Amino acid sequence: MDHIAGRKSGLSWAVHFSAMALVIVWVLPTLGLLVSSFRTTDQIRSSGWWAALFPAVQNETYRTADPDEARVDLGDGVFLVAGNIFVESGAAANLDDIAKEIMAWGASSRAIDAYQPDEVADLGEGETLSVTARGDYEWRGTADQIEGRGARIFVTVSAPPDFTIGNYRNVLFDPSNREGMSKAFFNTLTVTIPATIIPILIAAFAAYALAWMEFPGRALLIAAIVGLLVVPLQLALIPLLKLHNDIGIGKGYLGVWLAHTGFGLPLAIYLLRNYMVGLPREVIENARVDGASEFQIFTRIILPLSFPALASFAIFQFLWTWNDLLVAMVFLIDSSGETTVMTRQLVEMMGTRGGDWEILATSAFVSIAVPLVVFFSLQRYLVRGLLAGSVK
Amino acid sequence: MSPIMQAALTILIGVGGCVGYFYLSNQFLDRVLYPAKGQNAGRNINRANAIRPWLFLFPAIFALTLYLAYPVFETLRLSLTDRSLGGAFVGLDNYTQMAHDPKFWEALRNNFLWLLIVPAASTAFGLLAAQLTDRISWGNIAKSLIFMPMAISFVGAAVIFKLVYDARPEDVAQIGILNAVYLQLGGDSPITWLTVPFWNNIFLIIVLIWIQTGFAMVILSAALRGIPEETIEAAIVDGANPFQIFFKIKVPQIAGTIVVVWTTITIVVLKVFDIVFAMTNGQWETQVLANYMYDKLFRANDWGVGSAAAMVIMILVLPILVWNVYNARREMR
Repeated sequence: MDHIAGRKSGLSWAVHFSAMALVIVWVLPTLGLLVSSFRTTDQIRSSGWWAALFPAVQNETYRTADPDEARVDLGDGVFLVAGNIFVESGAAANLDDIAKEIMAWGASSRAIDAYQPDEVADLGEGETLSVTARGDYEWRGTADQIEGRGARIFVTVSAPPDFTIGNYRNVLFDPSNREGMSKAFFNTLTVTIPATIIPILIAAFAAYALAWMEFPGRALLIAAIVGLLVVPLQLALIPLLKLHNDIGIGKGYLGVWLAHTGFGLPLAIYLLRNYMVGLPREVIENARVDGASEFQIFTRIILPLSFPALASFAIFQFLWTWNDLLVAMVFLIDSSGETTVMTRQLVEMMGTRGGDWEILATSAFVSIAVPLVVFFSLQRYLVRGLLAGSVK
Repeated sequence: MSPIMQAALTILIGVGGCVGYFYLSNQFLDRVLYPAKGQNAGRNINRANAIRPWLFLFPAIFALTLYLAYPVFETLRLSLTDRSLGGAFVGLDNYTQMAHDPKFWEALRNNFLWLLIVPAASTAFGLLAAQLTDRISWGNIAKSLIFMPMAISFVGAAVIFKLVYDARPEDVAQIGILNAVYLQLGGDSPITWLTVPFWNNIFLIIVLIWIQTGFAMVILSAALRGIPEETIEAAIVDGANPFQIFFKIKVPQIAGTIVVVWTTITIVVLKVFDIVFAMTNGQWETQVLANYMYDKLFRANDWGVGSAAAMVIMILVLPILVWNVYNARREMR
């Protein structure tokens, strides 16, 4: 047995390693978008999102304060301009707020890393400039030298990881934001909730009839539902749009609710029936003997017992309607664009603002945040539903 | 009326209407139509019980017929008529017209490429992930993370992967991880991956594999755990190595589940629309049938050819439909 045990431990190391690799590959794309949504436009443009996780080395250019206003006469014909480049440029609010550290600096664009921090640069004829790691500078010289515009300082800085929630504020709360993601968010919610609740109710009654009532044609109906499970909804687009126009619904919420109800029913009935068939026969028969009507049996016994299956389907239908694009485009969104949903907004943005990753990444995350929360909190029911729906 | 109010009202009317319908129709059946008293009580109970299932089923059957069954036949009819001729019957004209459209053949070719790769790759990765995560202590966390893309919309996934595939000019920092890695590994210049014909299909396909692998993993992991321990113990005693155990003992025992996973993903692939629509919109030779159909229906406003394309999707789904129904009927016996 030693032989087997030995192999096992070697293999188990490989298993951990491969599983880790697989998880990283699967998480990395989403992580990239999440990190990007917390970066500023400049950060996104200047480096890949993975760089945001580490201190970034970047080159920046600053200017000292204006000599005409800030120079101090030290006597003996020597003048001084002193200050802090980060504070004066607004990169830091005050001296305690400086997060960047200067690694090298220079006084000319041809040699931007000529000097170390604290080193004093000789600019010729007695004019000197020194810069500390924190960005404090001193610029000395004669009245002729310390005048005109401020001296330029080229720095190579190491900036710590820096994240902002400004993108989210923009996308969600800025009233002038023409992407209108918050409006689309509420529109999506408006589509989703009725489209989740109504099919459950209709399906539950039908599933009960198919599971526990005897009538001719039952097997045929179940077979039909299994068949309808896989009918592509693409086939339904034109006929139903025509129908909606003919009966006066047109494009709008009512249409999209009805469509989602119709398209969700086969899976709902199928899942619920499979679950209800497994409920103990004695419970139902005892209730019948005790004189309960079928309606009472259904509402008092079957519905409460079927809660796990109802929850499974509710999650499916919620995710599906929240994430849907096609049905909303065909049955809901009219030319006014007032009823647009988030998926549609995202597609639009990819077309018109494909380069503005801060807006795109943030909007995308707003739209996938809710499903992710639902997913992680109710995963148990989702898995149970998948197993009931697929493995026969 | 604000949409929120309208939604609340719809829930109220929808739920109230459903409950009201079921309750009142049952009451009507039991109290008015066939009351369980008087001289015909016995006969009435039997009659009521014969009718009741249909009361329970009526809303569902009505909705299914109207929203799924009727459109299949209506689409078939539309595909044989021409809208500009006032809906006149034109036989197979739309199909011939479609057959002369190179974009259709491109879409069909790409769809077969998707069909070939996505179910196979998702099932393989899913099986691998299931096997790996079942044996480690942090397996549940790993499973959650691999399963997570299932919750993300196809459009969201499209945005996520658009960032992965992003390409910027050679002299600035790359922000797409694929190009960054490619340049690290010695590539000459950044590539706009989504505009390179043929290979861009693969890059779109990867998005769907990323989404579907979690599904395959969850199902297959449950199946793997359902394998009787004795068969594996017997194999170990007989000296089988872990790979032999996996391929010769485990996989054959879950073959049925693998087929179910494979066909389920196949159906998803046949209907794939959002990913292509959002990422390339069928440009650069990435057209697929569902997007081709959407183009014809809503951009070219050609209902005939659009319906014909929808029928092609239906025909491709048909074998799986028949197989599923056949299996369901066999199990019910």
